[in-house]
Amino acid sequence: MASPESAVNGPTMTAGAASKSLRNAFGGVIAFIILVLIGVLAFSIRLFSVIKYESVIHEFDPYFNYRVTQFLSKNGIYDFWNWFDDRTWYPLGRVIGGTVYPGLTLTAGTIWKVVNSLNIPLSVETVCVFTAPIFSAFASWAAYLLTKEVKGPGAGLTAAALLAMVPSYISRSVAGSYDNEAVAIFALVFTFYLYIKTLNTGSLFYATLNALAYFYMVCSWGGYTFIINLIPMHVLLCIVTGRYSSRLYIAYAPLVVLGTLLASLVPVVGFNAVLTSEHFASFLVFIIIHVVALAYYIKGILSPKMFKVAVTLVVSVGLAVCCAVIAILIAVVASSPTKGWSGRSLTLLDPTYASKYIPIIASVSEHQPPTWPSYFMDINVLAFLVPAGIIACFMPLTDSSSFVILYIVTSVYFSGVMVRLMLVLAPAACILSGIALSEAFNVLTRSIKFQLPGIAGNPSIAVRMWRIMSTSKENGSSTVVAPNDIPKTEEAAKEKPAKKNRKKEKENVEKKPTPSKTEKRLLVLPLEASVIAVLLLVLLGAFYVVHCVWAAAEAYSAPSIVLTSHSNDGGLHVFDDFREAYSWLSHNTDVDDKVASWWDYGYQTTAMANRTVLVDNNTWNNTHIATVGTAMSSPEKQAWEIFHSLDVKYVLVVFGGVVGYPSDDINKFLWMVRIGGGVFPHIKEPDYLRDGQYRIDAQATPTMLNCLMYKLSYFRFVETDGKGFDRVRRTEIGKKHFKLTHFEEVFTTHHWMVRIYKLKPQRNRIRGKTKKSKSSRSVSSKRDVRGKRNPWH
Amino acid sequence: LSLSQVENTGKAAASDVLLAFPPTEAEHLAEVKAQAASGKKRKKTYAHLIVEPTDVPDAPNGAKGFRLALHNPLSPGETTTIEVLYMLTHSMEPFPAEISQSDPQLVYYRDSAYILSPYRIKQQTTFIKTPSTNVQSFSRVEPTNRAGMELKYGPYEDLPAYSYSPVLVHFENNNPFAVVEELVREVEISHWGNLQITEHYTLAHGGAKLKGVFSRVDYQSRPSASGVSSFKNLLARLPPRVHSVYYRDEIGNISSSRLRTDSRKSELEIEPRYPLFGGWKSTFIIGYGLPLEDFLFESTDGKRYLNFTFGCPLSGTVVDKLTLKVVLPEGSKDPSAVIPFPVEEHMETKYSYLDVVGRPVLVLEKKNVVPEHNIPFQVYYTFNPIFMLAEPLMLVSTVFFLFASCVAYLHIDISIRKG
Repeated sequence: MASPESAVNGPTMTAGAASKSLRNAFGGVIAFIILVLIGVLAFSIRLFSVIKYESVIHEFDPYFNYRVTQFLSKNGIYDFWNWFDDRTWYPLGRVIGGTVYPGLTLTAGTIWKVVNSLNIPLSVETVCVFTAPIFSAFASWAAYLLTKEVKGPGAGLTAAALLAMVPSYISRSVAGSYDNEAVAIFALVFTFYLYIKTLNTGSLFYATLNALAYFYMVCSWGGYTFIINLIPMHVLLCIVTGRYSSRLYIAYAPLVVLGTLLASLVPVVGFNAVLTSEHFASFLVFIIIHVVALAYYIKGILSPKMFKVAVTLVVSVGLAVCCAVIAILIAVVASSPTKGWSGRSLTLLDPTYASKYIPIIASVSEHQPPTWPSYFMDINVLAFLVPAGIIACFMPLTDSSSFVILYIVTSVYFSGVMVRLMLVLAPAACILSGIALSEAFNVLTRSIKFQLPGIAGNPSIAVRMWRIMSTSKENGSSTVVAPNDIPKTEEAAKEKPAKKNRKKEKENVEKKPTPSKTEKRLLVLPLEASVIAVLLLVLLGAFYVVHCVWAAAEAYSAPSIVLTSHSNDGGLHVFDDFREAYSWLSHNTDVDDKVASWWDYGYQTTAMANRTVLVDNNTWNNTHIATVGTAMSSPEKQAWEIFHSLDVKYVLVVFGGVVGYPSDDINKFLWMVRIGGGVFPHIKEPDYLRDGQYRIDAQATPTMLNCLMYKLSYFRFVETDGKGFDRVRRTEIGKKHFKLTHFEEVFTTHHWMVRIYKLKPQRNRIRGKTKKSKSSRSVSSKRDVRGKRNPWH
Repeated sequence: LSLSQVENTGKAAASDVLLAFPPTEAEHLAEVKAQAASGKKRKKTYAHLIVEPTDVPDAPNGAKGFRLALHNPLSPGETTTIEVLYMLTHSMEPFPAEISQSDPQLVYYRDSAYILSPYRIKQQTTFIKTPSTNVQSFSRVEPTNRAGMELKYGPYEDLPAYSYSPVLVHFENNNPFAVVEELVREVEISHWGNLQITEHYTLAHGGAKLKGVFSRVDYQSRPSASGVSSFKNLLARLPPRVHSVYYRDEIGNISSSRLRTDSRKSELEIEPRYPLFGGWKSTFIIGYGLPLEDFLFESTDGKRYLNFTFGCPLSGTVVDKLTLKVVLPEGSKDPSAVIPFPVEEHMETKYSYLDVVGRPVLVLEKKNVVPEHNIPFQVYYTFNPIFMLAEPLMLVSTVFFLFASCVAYLHIDISIRKG
């Protein structure tokens, strides 16, 4: 809240005359009120999920974050850092404190603590559910600040309003979507704002704040590497284009030093902050900027001739040294198999990398490249406004606007690689669209304003405008310094009553006073054209609003653990099978039982059922996941052996064939085969495909029809309708009547979406020792033949 | 449901009468009621008698005693008729203890053919009613008769004091044994006009445990033959004019509930997340608000009192342990409870929205609660309405100071440089 206030104060200070300062203050107050309303809008548009469904944590990852927050609020911060979680990755466990980005949990934990110290009895869950909407309000304020630094407060307000309801960001920050990105986008935009602010002011105070904001970003999300690569790129760009200044140095050098020190304090980053390739760019640019600074300094004290000599000398020596250093670096980096990059970063640089080498990254749907419609879905009209915004940034090109351009260009690339990174694109798109809209309205309304007195459509407004114009003329050059005074007065006069269309009104009022009237005259467009263009832009904005509200209400509000469908008579049918199964597990199994399932359901099982799982959504151990994948794709007996060796008592499968729920385990099964086969070569993908086609009907391969996943999914399925018609695959299943010998069904939910099986206990060995040794020998010989089959034997 | 209602009539002579229960029964004794009957048949009038636990000095094997105080002391030779009603929880034991999904549930009922009594009994007959005609076996203590759903032991004559003859009845009982293992009810009084009730249930099926598999196919396609002793919905009877009802558990809302309200009562039909078979458990929370004026009154001496129903609103269940917390508004004093049966009482403090000193909480605990305990009780306390204004005033002053400090900040120039 301090930042908007300073925004209010800024113009007030610079204003000279008393009346002007009053008007400035007035404009500031209006801007402040609009910002508050934007915050309310950002918060409330994300509440559709709570209203339509319930106040509940969504999806998969948020359940883990929720569980961590619960632990934090119960046991305190020190236990949190040392938390070794034995409920997951059995039997390996996971050091949560050292492997989790703590920003989100610490934020929510702090909010919870503050609220409870005021004796407001909010549960941890409630705090977690509403963290994301609160931070999206912060994010839109940060976007205001950033855009204001780039193109003035008008563009800032527009950008903030756009960001408050951009569907891409809504998709990750609806109430209940308690994920890192929710706070990280705020941190990202705010860090960029502080960088630009430092760049514009050259203040060491903001540079320090910038490092702290960067620290918060590092705490929150792995995407911080985007910042630590984008800012060096911008610095490099500034240096190359001859825009080096001491402000640039102050903006950059403290960030690298302080930021790296702070980042290495976060356990999950630690020495990665200096060791991995993601951070090399920042250090390289750090060296370059010092060299350049030195060069500028020497240039200042030497005569031009001497300087030329010095340059040739230094360049020749420096080049040789640089080559040597770079060669060593390359050798060091090349010696590591992944070239010092993490798998996800490599996927960004080479989009085909993951599908070639790491199927587990490729198997996640949000790591797929987006389709064109998803751009339209996620940023809607902004996609068309962004080019206009880029053009607006070029006139005139400043340090800050070049940064924004760089930001949009890189984020467009990243969003093209992974659909998940659309989220990084969204703020950039909002900022540029805000600039574009604001500039467009600026030009158009100015044209109207100059021609309006002749038309005399609304005399009072015209007169006022005329008066404003004349005052601005009087003030002359000082208007450039305090750009936001005039629009605000006008806004107060005519925009305030209709609060509904806040956004468009803001767009309406954006006018950047220009230095002189003569220049303005040159830019005047025909009145009719301007009026129509304004109307069209307002219409465009209206479309955007309608689309955003629709996306927030319909597309992104479903919590994914509760499914609903509308019956023919308009009633609502609720499929609450996941929680039914988790609730059953938590109340009717022993607290230390191990539950095996595909990794998607790991976080939910630990959080909702409080049972130990083998693998979860933190896919850090590929071999372990491959073991589960292998078990699921093996025949019953082998699967039983693998699970039994891992102490598993229950196996959970998700099956959508009865109600037509498409993202069930049978549809994910090929990934299990691929990931399993990647580590245990006896699982071969072609065995499960008939002529390259994945099918489960009568044409399916025997391997497919005998694997555990098929059997557990379709056990006694044929008895529901007599034919065994699978509604997802739209076919009758291949093998209808079979019995399970090593597993028994213990629970199936109401709509059959979750089925839980129990491993049958080991058979009694009836025939004495000879048989036993024989059988163990046969097993071991089999293992020799198959090679690496089960690492836990 | 392990409510076995056994009615006994006896004849005795003294100023007060002792009843005795074997220790196993005494543990599960939910309620003992006695009334003295006078007059002839058809025109009987009943007078309620006070029952209180007492020690019986010469009781064998730790039998527990209860004392009935008669209204008119009986002179020797006189006779009177006393009807004693007592309720036991968990008196039936499922046997076999584990059944599969399609099996009917069979239970043992253990009792004595003779009533345990410190007095010599002249004549006695015991009737045992079973819920179905399917009686597998029963002990014989001659003379014993079985007719339909009724077993008749006796009449026996001239039994010495504390005579005991165990009988065992094995019969089919497919009633769902819904047992609320623990129920915590919290009644929060807000003088702004709302009574908020939150009930935390730990529900279990106390019948024969489900052995092995639960098959959804069998359960859905053959509902009559499969899982006869399981239950999937419960009915909660709530007071009328109930509002903001919610039904959830620790992982979120449970969507399968239905509320019907009319002017006299509200009925909330709830389904746990999954049908409960023997041995399965579930937990859930029901919460609702009620208008305060229906339950809070002012007594003649200026005290306020809450008149609310004790017991569990779920019908057909027995509660092993009930904790009822009455959260009084902040600043109220001298709470005292008036309850028609013995309960344990103690005080706690609860901090809720912006509380400074905390709200006094009167905690009432009782074991073995049956529907007969759903009777009103009263909590008296004194409260000064000025305390209602404390929290709004706090908020108002906070906002005021916030604005005041903003104004101060904007008007004070704290920079060192001269502008």
